[in-house]
Order: sequence, then structure tokens, then C-alpha cells
Amino acid sequence: MVDPAGDNIATVRHLTRVFTSRRGMFGPKRTMRAVNDVSLDVPRGKVTGVVGESGCGKSTLARLVLRLIEASAGKVLFEGVDLGTLPAADLRKLRRRMQMVFQDPYSSIDPRYTIRRALLEPYQVQGVTIDAAAARLRIDELIAMVGLSPRMADSYPHQLSGGQRQRVGIARALALNPSLLVLDEPTASLDVSIQAQIIGLLEALKNDLGLTYLFISHDLSLIRYFCDRTVVMYLGRIVEVLPTSRTEPRHHYSRALMDSNFEPDPNRRKVVNRLAGEIASPFDLPPGCAFAARCPAATELCRRERPVLAQHGLGHQIACHHPIG
Amino acid sequence: MTTLASTEFASSTLGKVLLSPRGGLSALCLAIVIICAVFAPLVSPYQYDIQNLPLANREPSWAHWMGTDEFGRDLLSRIIHGARTSLTVAVVAIGISVAIGMSLGAAAGYFGGLFDRLVTAAVDLSWSFPEILIALILIAIVGPGLGSTMIAIGIAYLAQFTRLTRAQVMALKNETYIEATKNLGAGHFHIIFRHLLPNALPPVIVAGMLATGNAIILEATLGFFGLGAQPPTPSWGGMMSSGTAQIFIAPWIIIFPGLAIAITVIAINLFGDAIIEALDIRNRLRDA
Amino acid sequence: MALLSLDNVSVTIGRLHPLDGISFDLDRKEILGIVGESGSGKSLTALSVMGLLPLIGGKVTKGAIVFDGIDLVSLPETDYRRLRGKRIALISQNPMTSLDPIIRIGAQIDQVSQLHLGLSAVAAQARSIELMQQLRIPDAATIHGNYPHQLSGGMKQRMVIAMALAADPDLIIADEPTTALDVTIQAQIIQIMVDLVRERGLALMLITHDMGVVAQACDRVVVLYAGRVAEQAGVADIFATPKHPYTRELIRCIPRHGQAPGSLKGIPGTVPSVMDYPSGCRFHPRCAHAQAICGTEVPLLEQKTSGRAACHLTEVLAHG
Repeated sequence: MVDPAGDNIATVRHLTRVFTSRRGMFGPKRTMRAVNDVSLDVPRGKVTGVVGESGCGKSTLARLVLRLIEASAGKVLFEGVDLGTLPAADLRKLRRRMQMVFQDPYSSIDPRYTIRRALLEPYQVQGVTIDAAAARLRIDELIAMVGLSPRMADSYPHQLSGGQRQRVGIARALALNPSLLVLDEPTASLDVSIQAQIIGLLEALKNDLGLTYLFISHDLSLIRYFCDRTVVMYLGRIVEVLPTSRTEPRHHYSRALMDSNFEPDPNRRKVVNRLAGEIASPFDLPPGCAFAARCPAATELCRRERPVLAQHGLGHQIACHHPIG
Repeated sequence: MTTLASTEFASSTLGKVLLSPRGGLSALCLAIVIICAVFAPLVSPYQYDIQNLPLANREPSWAHWMGTDEFGRDLLSRIIHGARTSLTVAVVAIGISVAIGMSLGAAAGYFGGLFDRLVTAAVDLSWSFPEILIALILIAIVGPGLGSTMIAIGIAYLAQFTRLTRAQVMALKNETYIEATKNLGAGHFHIIFRHLLPNALPPVIVAGMLATGNAIILEATLGFFGLGAQPPTPSWGGMMSSGTAQIFIAPWIIIFPGLAIAITVIAINLFGDAIIEALDIRNRLRDA
Repeated sequence: MALLSLDNVSVTIGRLHPLDGISFDLDRKEILGIVGESGSGKSLTALSVMGLLPLIGGKVTKGAIVFDGIDLVSLPETDYRRLRGKRIALISQNPMTSLDPIIRIGAQIDQVSQLHLGLSAVAAQARSIELMQQLRIPDAATIHGNYPHQLSGGMKQRMVIAMALAADPDLIIADEPTTALDVTIQAQIIQIMVDLVRERGLALMLITHDMGVVAQACDRVVVLYAGRVAEQAGVADIFATPKHPYTRELIRCIPRHGQAPGSLKGIPGTVPSVMDYPSGCRFHPRCAHAQAICGTEVPLLEQKTSGRAACHLTEVLAHG
């Protein structure tokens, strides 16, 4: 399945992650498939978006792709290398090429580190020999690259605003010249006016540095704006892959997500399609389509048999027995 | 320039401690005790081990501010030298405790698994015995003396620091910056020593400070039973023990060492409280 | 006469002045959006109306808050208690802070109508279940006997709404009622809340940071920035012809369907902190059009062609 032309920077095949938990010390074990048989390509130089609500497994997927947590089954190929079988030392070296920006800018920098020290850490960790003058230059360059003022280098994280901290998080991720950035809800805890700044910065950096993004978000309008391809997840599985930002969603869940997204235009008020019920517990999933309980088009077939992700037109994949249109 | 420096000092942790009333007062007391301990031969008016039987059991006077003991030795000089014994034992013992406890706690909290369960079980077990009992058992095994007192007290307080460090590390390892550092390619060593331990340190230091006060009492108790420093080395507990026989004819022999213990321990506790306040870590100590 | 009217309200907490000259009216049967970013003072505005400022050590130092002819600023706490929950109800962001975890959910709703409407236990329960049904809670009678932890986040927030409605209030203040919820659940809750408020002819003050929610649900909008009103107008006007540069930029921060890549820019700078608000117009350091006067003189909230705005340059910008 490896892409010989190298068009895909990362390839994910049948990735599954099971979490087990107990109720109390002696309670029965319960298993949750946070990510369930996910296959996905991350094309080089593009922005691939993963959208879904809480419990859909998008953050777990992000960590599995970088092997920050171990997969229960399936594999991830990064630039043709199977991360799952890579020895720990080699994996640590490879981390230079794949980095992550985290959701919470308030806790993603050690509170005891100055910004300069936090930006120097990637080189120390990777054992890159860099003399003091060169390090200083590089850190100044990184700080400028993410639009921070040079005098912030000697500040501590608590002296910066959320948006400034997120810029530091991005600079840290860029320090080692990675080719893939996994962005896990990088703007979710920021103010609206700052969120748009950060998205603008990420767009510019992608063009300047030729980066590839895997962008995780719960915000479909942001995903549709920012991403070339959109992967919609529901309770651990991919339910639809939209090949372009203009593709109309055909899965009922993707449709519901679109309809739930209020546009800043009072002339385009939505009539909310009242999804019956709520997101099911990720424990004890039903045998059929996980969305069937809330789906307006669900039939007996949906409750009995799980639809597979199938091609419907160029690059458009849908896992639905009764797609829209 | 001076005003800038002074406001900077006032807002630093040390400044906050020293400028608060109880922090300043307790620091002064501790400083006196520590100076006495370090420079004992220089500050004590007499030699602590010169016996002068005709002068036995004299009450406090201008010549002997705290009186003399049953062998006519100057009590003040013995208390000053006793500070040396008490502080050395307490500090070394707690040092052992903190060093081993932090290592065990950090490893258990970070790696988890079977090792963690073993450590937790051992901590819980030792938690259910009073420190004095643990120390007595250990001294019964190794025999009395200064060295074994240090080891016994050190092990008696081990559980406390193991537990505290483990709790800190367990909380800190879920911080995003730990995951972020892992994602840079950092190994366990880097994460534990560059991030987890430095961030876990403040509450451990304060707990160590407070435990030092308790260790002084424990050392005195062991000394009182004759299990600590052996004569003629003066220790506050040992002095109180020998004072019991003279309690009705020369009560100062037991009162002044007792006061020395009380003042030192109170000063340590107040100083510790002032640090807790300055660092704002009361919650972190309680959570453990 | 307006049901609720704030006139030039300023609030002080210790040495800080987080609200400065807030004025707006809210009529019966109206949904008013209070929109702003963090530190804009939108939650404090809710607390001032609820008379809860003393809880955080704050007080109204200037201006008037009048609710249905009652002067709230000088109202004694005992009288306030009769108003709160009965005539003015609050829905907060985190449902768990409004629900007692150890009391059955239904009993908590019953309490409100027993306390404020003097209903018997049986009547109160019947009323609660009816309310829950109106909020489209399936199997309301069963859920009435559940504990809060047995319910999902969206369900809990519906219970909080039921509690708010239980005493038949005239005014509901909802402070970011859906921010903690998933998108699809948020849409449902907003829809249900708006429908119920309209059916019952209540007044709703909807506090949010989300311009999408404002466009979807509100009749009129007050935009707050750094503790002051930047602009207020009808919802159609504010989106079609914003009179304050901040409002215009804030709307542009939300990507629209089909928007061209690279066109999302955000507003430069950072959201100012209450510790150091800029002089003059507090938005001027981030404003692309700022002139000398903006840094020195506080713009007054003035009547414009539509709505009111506090900007020295509205007229200039309208032609530019």
C-alpha cells in the first residue's frame, strides 16, 4: 500500500486503539475502541482535516499517527517507514521530521522555562551540536517567523497571552525543520480574533516552508476553510472523506455537522435538523452504524449491519447505506 | 536603582518569606541555632566535656547562664554543642529520606506498573506504623549510635517523600509540556530530570523542611532513651534524659534543652509555613 | 418601557475597573446578544444584573440598572433574593456548577417552583416533567428521578434550562450556555431555548463569544470590547453594516463557507487585559484606521445611521 511516488507523507492503515477501564477496583473491564480500523492518507504539501465531536477519536488518532501512544492494531507509515516497528532510538531521531502543536497553549510550555530555553530544548533533546551564537540566531529567527517580538525571548510563559504562547508552541514545533505538523485543535482555546491570526500564520508558514498539515478540529467551518481534504469521524471511525473543500457532504452525520454550524449571517439562519438522541457512549457500541440511533434516514439495515467506507466519485468516500443525494 | 532592586527582592520567594513577620522571626531564630551549631567551639563559653564536680547542679548565674549539670559541666556550652548533634542528625537523615524518596517516588509515578504497585504497598505499610517504632526497630537491628540514628530516622520518613514525589510526578506527567517534550524525541531521563523533578521540587523541599523539625524531636526521643549519640557527645534528648534524675533539685538541666528543642522546631515550622505561603503550594502538599 | 435598562454602568473590583459606562436596553419578548472576547466584561455584565458582584468583591460604582421599574443598584439583598430565580434566572456555562451532584435532578427543578410559586410537591413534579417534555427530553418521568452524573452534558444543560424556566421568570440571562457542548448538541440547545423563549414571550440576554450563535438567535446585539460598549444595533444591521471597526473585524474572523484561502487574517495584537487598558479608544492599538484622536479621546456611544457605536471614525469609514 506504500505510495511509490511518495505523494503521501504519511499512510495510515487499519489503525485501531483500544482503551480498557474498570469501574472501581473489582468492577468488570470495559473496552473502548477510541480509534477503530482507520485508514487514511496524508498527502504531501496539503492540509488534511479531521473533524468530529468529543469522543470521536480525533485526538487519539493524532497521537497514534505520531506514535505518541501505541496502536493496538494497524500501522502508520511515515515517509515509507513503519513507525510501529521502528526501534525507540530511531523513532526519537525521526521525530525531527514530524511535530505537533497542542491544543492548550497554557500548559504546553514548562512554566519554569523561558521562551528562549523552551526553543533551545528541541536541539538539546536531539543532540544537535549548535554553538551559542548560532543557537541565538536560530531562536531569534524562529521567534520572528511566528510573529513574536524579540524581547519576548526572555519571558516566562505566564507573562504571555494565549495567542503568544501558541505562537511559541508553533515555533518549538518548527525548530527542527519538520515536514509534517499535526495540529491538534491549535485554536480551540483562543479568542476568536486570535484564532484567525493563528490560522493566518499557519497558512503563511505552510506556503513558506512547504509543510504538510494534519489538522484536527471540532469546528467544521474552520476545517472547510483551511483544509484541502476533510475526514469526518464519528465514534472512532471515519464516516466520510470529502476530497475538496467544496464537496457537498453526503453522510447524514456530516450533513448534521454542517447544519449545526451557525454562519455569521442573520439572513442564513439554519433550521436545526433535530438529531434525535445524543452521541452514544463509546463503550458498548451497537453492531450496526454507530450513528443509526440519531440518523433521520436510519433503517433496519443500518442497525444490523455496519456500512463500509466506499468510494462514491473521485476521492469521495462515504460509510453509509443510504447516502444523501 | 536601589528601589528597583528592593522591590525585586520583595517580590521574590525569599523576599516574601523574610519580609513576613513570622518568616523573618523564625529565620532569625534558625540563623542563631545554625550559627551555634556550625561554630560551636567558638561561641560556647566553656568546653562541653570538662567536668567540675564541686560545681555540680548549680543554678543559672552570670558565670553559667544556664547553670551546670550533675557533673558540673556548663549547660549552655552543652546545649550549643547539642545543636550541632541535633541539626546534623536531622539534616542528614532528612537528606537521605528526600534523596531516596524522590528517586523511588519519581520512578514509581513516572513508570507505573508493577514497580509502582510494590512501592505504593511498601509506603502504605510503613505509613501504618509510627515513625518512632520504625526507628526503634531499625536501631535494634544496627545498634545505637549517631550513624544508625541518622539511617533510622531517614528510613522512618522515607514513605512521606516517596508518596509526595509520586503524587507530584503523576500529576505533572499529564501536563501537555511533558507530551510536547516527548514529541521532540526526549528520553525518560531528560523528561524526569529536566521537567518532572524541577517542577515537583518546591513542595518536596517544604515537606523536607517541616520533617526536619519532626526529625529533631525524633532524634531527641531516641537520645532520651539512650539510643542516639553516646556520652560524652551532648545531644538535647540525652541531656533531658540525664536531667530527669535531677528534676527536683536542678530543673534547669531538663528545662533548657527542652526549650532549645521547642524553639528550634517551632522556628522550623513557622519558616516552612512562610515558604508554603510564599510559594502558594498549600494545595499541592494537601493533595499528596 | 424596557424590561431591563442599564444606563452608564461602571463596575469596580478592588483597584480594577473592568466595566466602564455600559448602557443598553432589553425589551420583553426580545433576545439580546451580548458578544465579546475574553475580558470584554460580558460575564460581569450578567453578574451586575443578577446582583452577584459582591461574591467576587465587586460593586457598581456608577450608573443605574433598572429592571421593570425596580432600581437594582440600591436594592437590598433580601429583596434581591426574591427577584433572583423568580423573575430573573441565570443559565451558566458549566451545567455542573448549577446542579447539586447528590440531589436527584427532578427534585432540584421541583424545588424552584415550590419555593417561588408555592406549588405543592406533587404539582411541582408535574410541572417539572411538563417542562422537561417541552425541552424535548425523552422519557422525562424516568429522567426526573436520575442524578446529574447519569446524564450527558447536553442533557444536563437542558435540566439547567428547565430549572431557569421553572419559576416563570420574566428575564433569562444565559452566559455562554452552549460553549462547553458539542456542535450538534449546541445547535439543538440554542434552537430549543430560542423556541421556548419566543413561545413564552420572555426576554433573553444571551452572552456569547460566537458571532454565529448571535446571527442565528438574536434580535439585537451589544458588542463589548475591553469593558466598554463598542456598538449596539439590530442583528441585521450589525452584520450588514457594522459601524465599529472592531465589530467588522470580529465578523471577518469567522471563516465563511467558500471563503478564499489566505483571506482570513484575524485582528492584530492581543486582547487587552483589565490590568492595562489602552488610553482613548481601547481598540485603537489594534485598529487599522486609528488616528491621533483615537489614542487620546474616549469615543462616546453615539447614535449612527443604524444603531449606536463608540467610534470617532464611523462617518469617515462609511465613505472609505
